[in-house]
Amino acid sequence: MSRAARASLEADGISAALVAEHGLSPTEYETLVAALGREPTLTELGIFSVMWSEHCSYKSSRIWLKTLPTTGPQVIQGPGENAGVVDLGDGLAAVFKMESHNHPSYIEPYQGAATGVGGIMRDVFTMGARPVANMNALRFGAPSHPKTRHLVSGVVSGIGDYGNCMGVPTIGGETNFDPRYNDNILVNAMCVGLVDANRIFKSAAKGVGLPVVYVGSKTGRDGIHGATMASAEFDEASEEKRPTVQVGDPFTEKLLLEACLELMQEDVIVAIQDMGAAGLTSSSVEMADKGGVGILLDLDQVPMREEGMTAYEMMLSESQERMLMVLKPGAEPIAERIFRKWELDFAIIGHTTDSGHLVVKHGGHTEADIPLAALAHAAPQYERPWTAKPPQITIAPEVVAAPFSLLGALECMMGSPHLASRRWIWEQYDHMVMGDTVQRPGGDAGVVRVHGTTKGLAMSCDVTPRYCAADPREGGKQAVAECWRNLTAVGADPLAITDCMNFGNPERPEIMGEFVGAIEGMAEACTALDFPVVSGNVSLYNETNGVAIPPTPAIGGVGLIPDIAQAVTMALKSDGDILLVLGEEGGHLGQSLYMEIMADGANGAPPSVDLDAERRTGDLVRSLIREGRVSAVHDASEGGLLVAVAEMALAGNRGVALEVTPEPMPAHALWFGEDQARYIVAAAPEQADAIHKAAAVARVPVRLVGTVGGDALTLADEAPLSLAALREAHEGWLPRFMAGSPS
Amino acid sequence: MKASVIVFPGSNCDRDAAVALGAAMGKAPMMVWHGDAELPQSDLIVLPGGFSYGDYLRSGAMAAHSPVMREVVRRAKAGTPVLGICNGFQVLTEAGLLPGVLMRNASLRFICKDVHLKVERKDTLFTRGYAQDEIVRFPIAHKDGCYFADGETLSRLEGEGRVAFRYCEATGEITPRSNPNGSVNNIAGIYNEALNVLGMMPHPERLADPVLSGTDGARMFSSMVETLH
Repeated sequence: MSRAARASLEADGISAALVAEHGLSPTEYETLVAALGREPTLTELGIFSVMWSEHCSYKSSRIWLKTLPTTGPQVIQGPGENAGVVDLGDGLAAVFKMESHNHPSYIEPYQGAATGVGGIMRDVFTMGARPVANMNALRFGAPSHPKTRHLVSGVVSGIGDYGNCMGVPTIGGETNFDPRYNDNILVNAMCVGLVDANRIFKSAAKGVGLPVVYVGSKTGRDGIHGATMASAEFDEASEEKRPTVQVGDPFTEKLLLEACLELMQEDVIVAIQDMGAAGLTSSSVEMADKGGVGILLDLDQVPMREEGMTAYEMMLSESQERMLMVLKPGAEPIAERIFRKWELDFAIIGHTTDSGHLVVKHGGHTEADIPLAALAHAAPQYERPWTAKPPQITIAPEVVAAPFSLLGALECMMGSPHLASRRWIWEQYDHMVMGDTVQRPGGDAGVVRVHGTTKGLAMSCDVTPRYCAADPREGGKQAVAECWRNLTAVGADPLAITDCMNFGNPERPEIMGEFVGAIEGMAEACTALDFPVVSGNVSLYNETNGVAIPPTPAIGGVGLIPDIAQAVTMALKSDGDILLVLGEEGGHLGQSLYMEIMADGANGAPPSVDLDAERRTGDLVRSLIREGRVSAVHDASEGGLLVAVAEMALAGNRGVALEVTPEPMPAHALWFGEDQARYIVAAAPEQADAIHKAAAVARVPVRLVGTVGGDALTLADEAPLSLAALREAHEGWLPRFMAGSPS
Repeated sequence: MKASVIVFPGSNCDRDAAVALGAAMGKAPMMVWHGDAELPQSDLIVLPGGFSYGDYLRSGAMAAHSPVMREVVRRAKAGTPVLGICNGFQVLTEAGLLPGVLMRNASLRFICKDVHLKVERKDTLFTRGYAQDEIVRFPIAHKDGCYFADGETLSRLEGEGRVAFRYCEATGEITPRSNPNGSVNNIAGIYNEALNVLGMMPHPERLADPVLSGTDGARMFSSMVETLH
């Protein structure tokens, strides 16, 4: 907006239409005027609109987020900072967070996804940590939807190009295809970093008269109002919002990372905050508010990429790769020397004050003068009405038709978009840079060695949207439990989670009910498993023309492996090993992939999660791993037991002679049922006794499901399924689909 | 023995190379900043992988003109061994120390995976730890790794035995299927005429530790250290 246009607007006062364009309701605007004691200037209106957006203020979700467990002896920093921090022992800590970049990625998949990765890495290194691994959780529409291929291609190369250039390995994640994401894809990026536990940097700018320093890239007009966009539904005109998507520059971010970590070796930083959503506005407001001080910004000092930008545009720009920091007095030359060495912009753009106000000056004018308390604490908070989803009926195993052939059904499922190998995706991510990747993508969890030690960090991203849609509460529980299980399956002690809550429009009671249900289920599981939430992000309004995505509370978990020599993978290692399933088997087919693919579509209630059994079974598996009694471990999740066995066989390139399942349960229910809290372990036959004994003590059922050997899966009365055919089905679908073949 | 790892803005395998080299040498190499015109006396110079200057121009093109490269070129011509890995290989071709060019992969996509390589000769300081024609497994991770040179250059390279490694099947056959990026003649790495400069796309430093599911790369570092010690 030009100065002249702005002047004429302000002469007319702030119109109701302008308020609506800024995403504020009439009531919210009244609150704003009351908090300010007058009508805002246009710049002030812009500042309020981003700070009070759903994205920045969590106004619909905050009262519910408060109910999640966030503490534990392992937690150094819970929610509220740029990322959560957990203790790894020996003076080391892991810093991690997951964040959504859904709306921008749908509008411009390459840049949207790339800047999502850039943003989450900034959150981690802002705290003083070196990022050591990235993960991502992606949901796309149906393969048959005309945009899906384009979106997959753009998102994957955007994530890859950013992370690869940064030199941080992307070691895992998950990808779903479901028509309910056709018009609202989800791109959730997670980053894990390592830091000395006594050198963690935070964002409270305590102290008056301290220099406020801007470093990184210059400011341009990109991404103005990104936070507001991310807080609204889509309609036909959404693609015109492309200018609100930011543009990423991973090279500059790599320099920014190295410069920040170098500066952090000096004792000069009081507070540091990255400029993410709502850029200069939210970074300055958060630092000043947390420090209990005021802040004065002189926009004439901000390094600019374009000419003629107004204060409004500068305060709302979401140009990437920028940081704001508050330094100790007199430390400016030290910081400037380091940032100049890395050829980055460095400017002193203001100082902290005792006014308690955010004051913005530009061209000799005061463009904004807002009490910080109004911005940060007078923000509206809603207890939105919600309705719980009615429970679904539990489907008896007998009512779901059996397949003509179990192994035939397996081959079909393994080659379906739901279960097909994601290799085409993760081979585009550098997953080995930094030289510490102990377990590469494709397993239960990604594992990196803690550099210079023999410890390992395991991480996994999980949620099953089908379950959440059928029963948000049970689905929320299951997401946390599955994440805990995946970390356990590689031999890790699960430590804590970050969550990325992706939902539709919270103003609709049924959507708010999904959110509430998921939070309640998550809270229950986090408490039962001592697996607290230390960071997270909420993305609402994921809907288009009134159609919402399924509730998708993506869970990113981190676990510690005390000695990587004791970690295991899912790959079968030796012929003659026996395969045992540990855990209760109920043949639960409701909401299973078997129903989805082989029957008329998944329905009914999802499997229930018995958190006590989850804990007992997981603790048993972890101790078997630590005692060296098992040679391979895999959890049985989507697709059930037979899919899990097939994945272990493919990973180890060894066949399995499968046992006939016991009567009276239908065989397909035992092989494809998705009962929770189950693991498959491979072990040398001589370990069988010890495993049975330990399982009996833990009250965990054990059943022999097969013996490793040969080059096929074999089962009585069925034609063998060769590994070659299984691999062809499993590896074939995604490359074929991306090459443009009809799905 | 003294070794230097050159660090450009955007290098990101500098630490990995230093770790693998350090394990072979028993002490850490020197890390040399690109802006330094001075290069310490070195028995070996390593140009690591990464995205120097973001590789927004042709990969390696900007780095080839950074101050320290003038000295690297001078030392290489005087006989100092130089190893360029991935982006380092791209820098070596851009700096004119090695012929040919690395183009966008045939698939147009970044590829990160293990590949099999045939060791074409074992009589260089880089490969004396391998057997002649040994098949080794190294990872690749690049978007611009498709090696190309004109027919005349190629016949010279082949005729003079300057192909260091070729992409191959696990069984050793040189096939189109085993060529991950479309490189001419399946070329994964080449030497200069004097055999003291090696550029290669695969990353030996990434499989140089038993914890990382392979150690084929470690022998390249021990070969260099044994020769130069």
